[in-house]
Amino acid sequence: MMTLKVNGRDHEVDAEPDTPLLYVLRDDLALNAAKFGCGLGQCGACTVIVDGKAVLSCVTPLLLLEGRQVTTLEGLGSIETPAPIQRAFMDEQAAQCGYCIAGMMMRAQALLQRNPSPTDDEIRAELESHLCRCGTHMRILRAVHRAAHLMQAADASTSQGSSQ
Amino acid sequence: MNGPVILDRRRVLAGSGALIVSFTLSDAWAQDQAAAPPSAPAPRPPGSLATTPFLDAWIRIDADGSITLFTGKVELGQGFKTAFQQIAAEELDVPFASLKVITADTSRTANEGYTSGSHSMQDSGTAIQNAAAQVRELLIAEAARRLDLPAGDFRTENAAVIAPDGRRLGFGELIAGNMLHVQAQPTSKLKDPVTYHVMGQSVPRVDIPAKVTGGAAYVQDMRMLGMVHARVVRPPSYGAELTDCDTSAIEKLPGVVKVVRDGNFLAVVARKEFQAVKAMAALSAAAKWRETASLPKQADLPRVLTSLPSQDKTIFQRGNPALTGEKTLEATYTRPYQSHGSIGPSCAIAQSLDGTMTVWTHTQGVYPDRQGIAEMLGVPPSSVRCIHVEGSGCYGHNGADDAAADAALIARDLPGVPVRVQWMREQEHAWEPFGPAMVTKLKASLDGSGTISDWNFEVWSNTHSMRPGGAGSMLAAQHMAKPFAVPEPKPIPLPEGGGDRNAIPIYDFPNAQVVHHFIPAMPVRVSAMRALGAYHNVFSIESFMDELAGLAAVDPVAFRLRHLKDPRGREVVEKAAQAFGWQVGQKAPPNHGFGFAFARYKNLAAYCAIASEVEVNRETGRPRLVRAVAAVDSGQVVNPDGLTNQIEGAILQSMSWTLYESVTFDDTRITSIDWQTYPILRFDAVPDSVTVHVINRPGQPFLGSGETGQGPAAASIANAIANATGKRLRDLPLTRKKIRDAIDA
Amino acid sequence: MGGLFAALVVAGAAAAFAVAWRPGIAAVDPPSPERFDQTLVKRGRDLVAIGNCSTCHTRRGGKDFAGDLPVPTPFGTIYSSNITPDADTGIGRWSEAAFRRAMRSGVDRAGRHLYPTFPYDHFTHVSDEDDRALYAYLMTRQPVQAQAHENQLPFPLDQRVMIAGWKLLFLRRAAVEPDPTRTAEWNRGAYLVEGLAHCGACHTPRNVLGAERASAQFAGGEADNWSAYAINAQSPAPVPWDADALFAYLRNGWHPDHGVARGPMAKVVSNLSNVPDGDVRAIATYMADVFGPTPPDRIRRGEEVLAQVKSSSVPATQANATGAAIYVSACAPCHETARPLPYSGVNLALSTAFSASDARNAANIVLAGIRPVAGERSPIMPGFAASMSDAQIATLLDYLRARFSNQPAWAGVEKTVADARSAQAVFLRTALPPDNGPTDTRE
Repeated sequence: MMTLKVNGRDHEVDAEPDTPLLYVLRDDLALNAAKFGCGLGQCGACTVIVDGKAVLSCVTPLLLLEGRQVTTLEGLGSIETPAPIQRAFMDEQAAQCGYCIAGMMMRAQALLQRNPSPTDDEIRAELESHLCRCGTHMRILRAVHRAAHLMQAADASTSQGSSQ
Repeated sequence: MNGPVILDRRRVLAGSGALIVSFTLSDAWAQDQAAAPPSAPAPRPPGSLATTPFLDAWIRIDADGSITLFTGKVELGQGFKTAFQQIAAEELDVPFASLKVITADTSRTANEGYTSGSHSMQDSGTAIQNAAAQVRELLIAEAARRLDLPAGDFRTENAAVIAPDGRRLGFGELIAGNMLHVQAQPTSKLKDPVTYHVMGQSVPRVDIPAKVTGGAAYVQDMRMLGMVHARVVRPPSYGAELTDCDTSAIEKLPGVVKVVRDGNFLAVVARKEFQAVKAMAALSAAAKWRETASLPKQADLPRVLTSLPSQDKTIFQRGNPALTGEKTLEATYTRPYQSHGSIGPSCAIAQSLDGTMTVWTHTQGVYPDRQGIAEMLGVPPSSVRCIHVEGSGCYGHNGADDAAADAALIARDLPGVPVRVQWMREQEHAWEPFGPAMVTKLKASLDGSGTISDWNFEVWSNTHSMRPGGAGSMLAAQHMAKPFAVPEPKPIPLPEGGGDRNAIPIYDFPNAQVVHHFIPAMPVRVSAMRALGAYHNVFSIESFMDELAGLAAVDPVAFRLRHLKDPRGREVVEKAAQAFGWQVGQKAPPNHGFGFAFARYKNLAAYCAIASEVEVNRETGRPRLVRAVAAVDSGQVVNPDGLTNQIEGAILQSMSWTLYESVTFDDTRITSIDWQTYPILRFDAVPDSVTVHVINRPGQPFLGSGETGQGPAAASIANAIANATGKRLRDLPLTRKKIRDAIDA
Repeated sequence: MGGLFAALVVAGAAAAFAVAWRPGIAAVDPPSPERFDQTLVKRGRDLVAIGNCSTCHTRRGGKDFAGDLPVPTPFGTIYSSNITPDADTGIGRWSEAAFRRAMRSGVDRAGRHLYPTFPYDHFTHVSDEDDRALYAYLMTRQPVQAQAHENQLPFPLDQRVMIAGWKLLFLRRAAVEPDPTRTAEWNRGAYLVEGLAHCGACHTPRNVLGAERASAQFAGGEADNWSAYAINAQSPAPVPWDADALFAYLRNGWHPDHGVARGPMAKVVSNLSNVPDGDVRAIATYMADVFGPTPPDRIRRGEEVLAQVKSSSVPATQANATGAAIYVSACAPCHETARPLPYSGVNLALSTAFSASDARNAANIVLAGIRPVAGERSPIMPGFAASMSDAQIATLLDYLRARFSNQPAWAGVEKTVADARSAQAVFLRTALPPDNGPTDTRE
């Protein structure tokens, strides 16, 4: 048994320590976003955030995660209250089959958390470990830029609000 | 038939199930084939209404006013479900968001064969458009009957019929008994496109919100009570035989529920998913196989293909195709096997309960899949139910159907237990049926005025469809102890075609001949991959057109227009060229090149022209698509953004196929088994911009658009590379190394 | 006395001036590419590949040969120069003589001394004929207008006149004399290795003034915080190298008994893959001789390791259960498969990284993994920088050292990992990726 912190809550997980985080998230915690694409760390579909950094959950065994904070796409927002990254991907309709998208979004989210206004080149470099077979790349890039603007606008209005 | 036919509903549904099945058995490949329905004494209703004429097979209105739509086609990520819903909302005059759509389910929806061949809008879209229009008329007629007023004075709005005096009768109020259990008429009173407020709008896709917030959206997300996890241990190569396997140790591994062994079919089932993965590794190590070296030399593939026995057919002849012109050009173009490369390896869940085997699968065809599974299990099709649940993009016949069969075979041995089979990445790569390798030989001449005077085109290809129908199409059935034979491959008849799809040029040549060499023997497992033969045939034709334009010293766009009569084709060509900034006599910047290509998918679906700019690094040969500008005409556009999304995707996907992709193999095994060994497009090569111009044709029939971009994108890029380097490459993929070697030569 | 002192000072200054000052060579009009013979240009391209010029003179995301790659040295950061034939920011106005002088003596066209980060202590051995070919190739490249950053060096190291002193001490401008007792192939190898290929620039340890230690040739050095292993008798490789193995590794980018070339070496083998076989063979032949005859105990150890790997029975150690658990779950799925190289994880018993004197390379690989080469079949390894802490990686590396080598434990591994983390981030961001993946010899 292990305590795993996911999306701000503690979960008691009954899985072997060598179980990749991906299976724990999907099967034990019934979280859908992180996907099985290859299990080899080659495609990025399984990406989640651990302590603020994007991580390939298919090659991250449970035993590495003692005391760490795991964030999945579900933890960022919902259909009713979407996070900026989710709002942006919906606004840009940045998905075809959508299978790769959750992983892309988590990688982008981690990027935006440490670099709020990335250049196009920086976004492309960041997403290099992610595959999209449908060819949605142009929209994905636009969505990440849009998310950056949404986050900056949100920050601006927050700071304006607090200065009153 | 004009009036309602009153029948016992349950009997009708049961009977219509049988009717549908009988249709399917005889038309197993019909859904991939002729667009026109077979000739009948009376005109048939349009689209899939021809085979599923009862209106209540498509639309159900409940007393509380809720409306459910049924379609036999599926969402593949192409936005079909949204477009389908838009059409119905428009013709029924109901709010878009109020509709619910049920997609392919052998117990609930029409049999529309496969969601393939870019037929969904033509078949299902047309059906729902007409069905909805006719349902609207029936509702108006009912309101008129109740109020004893002429029907012509009524209108519909917002899910209600409005009487001339303003009285409002909701659809739920009006619906009664079997009112919709009538057969569709051949013609419908459709809305005037000028009035559209839902169709033709870029309505946001209904499936995206769940996909970006972690909602359950895929078959991979399904979790059922008591569900167990299975992994298949596939043979290491085609035709390998399991000679020995000591499963005793694997049966004792933690969580293992069962080891299934049926001839060469080997699988393990465990309670938890990772337990299944580990057990699979152990089972794989314990399995001993006898393999046979049966694969040709990869480098020799074109020669092997063209020397295999073939069924040769002249599919087009006009005038005298013998050489007559002043200047003659010959060229051979080749394509290797290419992989669908679905991002999510195939997955299915099957449960055998109370005499019914239910399979949740991302197959493109639930009815053919059901038939194949039923045959494999030796049960009547009525005791198998296939329900489509989305998977990742399949781009044709990938491992989905096989995973469904795997799950069913395993579930048979675990009655009552839902069995989830998830393919591994390596299995998807090695066992999916590939897009066939192809060879084309072209020969044409120019007359004195620089116009093509004769045209000869030959194409060699395996079949492009080994989809189920029979059990023998599925791996599990092929590998069982009592195996089912792989069905005899057959060509898909024209006008759809398989290897000969788009082999007949759309251009007008006074003398022309097109020959299709259909090769039955398949050294490598093949089936339908997006665009089928059109990808390579359009690549060939459009590369060759450029080569001829060069010979004639005529601008490539002008040269095409010289031979293109179709006005919609001309408009698409002109639009793409104009939007790109194409100038006669233009010169690209150093190391850059401009390219152009055009095709009408199958010569009867959507038109697409693409102009592109490519940059080639002369040191390394590395090509980069800088920008692409496309124009597309898909008839009446239902969702412009959805269409644009598909064309953008087609361009990038085709770029990846064209510049990077080939399946690799040694004499025994497929060796391209993951993303290391089968690299595809990554963000470092994504272009600066892709722009799509949609030419809307209000009121015109829907034209399938999901596959129209692949061929033109390939040729456009190839032509741009030739323009940039001065060297013509004809063997796909156009890799960095090939480009570098060509520059060096 | 005062006069003598003044004379000595003046003489000393004059001597220093004479040593330090170099005249400028007149600028020429940028020669037009058509002037150069195509065969010479092609030969130049091969030589540029052997010299690995593009690796230092191109920045990731930048144009070929346009420079501006930051090269960290113990003295500060040097930015590579633009060697495209651009008239203003590149070498477009350099005559062939100016180019040759730079290669031979480390002086630019204007007469300024060049920092020996540009390894002219090796390039000085390049023949006139080869310099001519190199010049022809470079002058026919795409001119790019790009000004490199200013070097970041503290005073007085930023004063180029200091380099003159360094050269006095360390620059030996002799040609590599052929040894008549050796084969032509060996001699060609010597010429290439000591000259253009400049292997010693990474693989030889340096003294406090940053010059290669002549007495410790090929005894191991570094580049970009990667340890460039000893490639002489002190080689730490578990399986000893021989000429055939070296040839295969340099030509294909990998070897079944050693793994895949990584770090800065990846670009070297990528460049060498385009070079004529004969040159690579020559390098391998010479280097095999530098490695020297393998002592019997190392041969025995090598055979032992190969046998263990073949039977999948590299013994596990009892201690360090955490390290073992991390290995089994994160590494073994790829590093203990039957899948053949170069598209799988090498069996770690074969990896020199764990027998090396420090943990840097092991840390670098675990942190950053291996990125795919765009559009080419190439190995992909995920990096663990985000999922593992320094402590976790250190525990893992300690375990791997104990299990997969017969060397004593490393010291200070956690600090090695922490340093590697920051150094790798820069390397990954700025270093040019290889153009091709390892050659699959099955094809």
